[in-house]
Amino acid sequence: MSGDQTLLEVRGAGHRYGDRYGCRDVDLDLWPGEVLAVVGESGSGKSTLLGTLSQRLSLTEGSIHYRLPDGTRVDLSEISESAVRRLWRTEWGFVHQNAADGLRMHVSAGGNVGEPLMATGWRHYGRIRAAAAQWLERVEIPVDRIDDTPATFSGGMRQRLQIARNLVVSPRLVFMDEPTSGLDVSVQARLLDLIRSLVTELGLAVIIVTHDLAVARLISHRTLVMKDGRVIESGLTDRVLDDPQAAYTQLLVSSILQG
Amino acid sequence: MNDELTGYNIGYLDEQTKRMIRRALLKAVAIPGFQVPFASREVPMPRGWGTGGVQVTATIIGEDDVLKVIDQGADDTTNAVSIRSFFAKVAGVRTTTRTDEASIIQTRHRIPETPLAEGQTIVYQVPGPEPLRFLEPRETETRRLHALADYGLMYVKLYEDIAKFGHIATTYSYPVMVDGRYLMTPSPIPSFDNPKMHRNPALQLFGAGREKRIFAVPPYTDVESLGFEDYPFEPQRFDEPCAICGSVGVYLDEVITDDAGGAMFVCSDTDHCQRTAAAADANTADTNTEEVPA
Repeated sequence: MSGDQTLLEVRGAGHRYGDRYGCRDVDLDLWPGEVLAVVGESGSGKSTLLGTLSQRLSLTEGSIHYRLPDGTRVDLSEISESAVRRLWRTEWGFVHQNAADGLRMHVSAGGNVGEPLMATGWRHYGRIRAAAAQWLERVEIPVDRIDDTPATFSGGMRQRLQIARNLVVSPRLVFMDEPTSGLDVSVQARLLDLIRSLVTELGLAVIIVTHDLAVARLISHRTLVMKDGRVIESGLTDRVLDDPQAAYTQLLVSSILQG
Repeated sequence: MNDELTGYNIGYLDEQTKRMIRRALLKAVAIPGFQVPFASREVPMPRGWGTGGVQVTATIIGEDDVLKVIDQGADDTTNAVSIRSFFAKVAGVRTTTRTDEASIIQTRHRIPETPLAEGQTIVYQVPGPEPLRFLEPRETETRRLHALADYGLMYVKLYEDIAKFGHIATTYSYPVMVDGRYLMTPSPIPSFDNPKMHRNPALQLFGAGREKRIFAVPPYTDVESLGFEDYPFEPQRFDEPCAICGSVGVYLDEVITDDAGGAMFVCSDTDHCQRTAAAADANTADTNTEEVPA
C-alpha cells in the first residue's frame, strides 16, 4: 500500500438541490487503506456528500479525481457513464443505511452476493456459488441460508449480507451510509467489529457516514465534522474527539451520554 | 377472398400508421434485438390478444401474400382462426395452414416445425418485450442497462433457477443474446424453439401492442440462448413420440383425455401433425383400413 498517492482528491465539491445547497466547498483527500468518518447531525449534508462522491448525485461544482489501479488519475465528471458504472461494479462498494436499498430482497442470499460477480463476467455457476458461500461465511451468515431470501433475514444479517455483496468483487473504496444505525447495540458492536477486521484484512479505503461518534472513534482514522452542508472541522479521529476545536464539535462531543 | 370488406384501407390500418410502423420496423431490423418504441394503435381486439403482431402483419401484408396464423402451434384455435379471417376480410389475402406455402406467418408462442425458408417472414405476438423486467421494474433503468450492455442481472435469474431447482428451469421466454449485443426475450416461445431462431433464413419480427415496442431479428443473425459454463442452455426434450402422427423431436402438448388422469402427448404444430399423419396413411393405405383420428 503506497502511502504517497491519494485515492480520491476532492476540491470545492458541492451538490445543489434546486436553489439550495446540500453540501458545499468540501475538500478532502483519501489515501488507500484509510477509513474516513463523516459525522454531523441529520440534515448536515453527510449523505449528500457521500452520494456526490460516489457519483450517485451530480457534482454541481468543484472536482473529484480518482486514481485507477494502473495509477492514472481521472476526473470523475469527465469519464463516461459506462466508465462510472464499471467503477461501481469493480472498484467501489456502497453500503446503504437501509439494507433493502442495497439488496434484492426477493433474490436468494447467494444470488445477491453472486450478482456483482455475474455483472463482471463470471459465467460458471459452481464458482459463483462457491465464492458466495465463502463470503457468507466471512460475514458470519450460516451457509445453509444461502438459498433463503434476505426478506427472511434479521436486520443485522441483512446488513452483513449487504457488506458481503459489496466486498465480493474486492473493491478498493467502499462508501458506507450509516451502516449500523437501526440495529440494536450488541448487533452494532458485532457488525463494527466485522467491518473493522475486513477493512484491515482487505486494505480497503472507506468513507463512512455516521451520526454516532462512537462508531467514528471505533473504526476511523480521520474524521470530518459537517454542519449545514460545510465541513467545519477535520483531523485525526482521536484529535477531533478528544480536543474539538469548533464550537459545534465541542457541543457534539459533550452531548454523548456518559454511561 | 370474395367476402372482402370495402371501405377499409387494405390491411385495416391507414397509410400514415403503416408508415410509422414501417419506420419502426426498419430501425428494428437495422439494430437486431433492440426494442423500438412505436405508437401502438387500437385494433379490433383487446390488448394482450396479439395486437402488436396484428399491427406488424397489417403493415407488411400485400395482396400477393399468403398468410398463416398459429396460436400455440395450432391453426384451429380461436385466436388463430379469428386473426386469419380478419386479414382475409380486411386485406383480401389468401390464407393457408401450410407453413411452406405461407409468405407471412403470424405466431403466438411457437415457431413451426417445418423449417422456415428465405423470403418468409414470421411475426411474433409479444406480451412482455423486456427480458429484465423480472428483476428491474424501472423502465428508465432497463433502458440504461441495454444501452450499456450491462446484462449481469439476467444471469441472476438463471442462477436462482439452478439454486432452486438444480437446473435452469426456465422453459419458455428463455432469454437470448442477439448478434452478441442486445439481450432479447424470444416472446414466450418454449425454449425448445430457441435454437430455431439462430441463423434462421426467415425475417423475424416482434410486435408488442400493449407495451408499444417492436423488435426484429434479420435473416441469418446469431441468436444465442444464455447459460452458464457448467450449466449450459438445454432445450426441452420429450421422451415419447406424438400419439397421433408418431413424430419425434417435435414440441408436444399434453391433452387430457378423461377424468381419471388419462392424458396423451400430441404435436403442438397441427399442420406438421396432419401432414405427417397423412403421409404415414398414404404409405399404409393399401393394407391398413384403420383410420387415424384427425
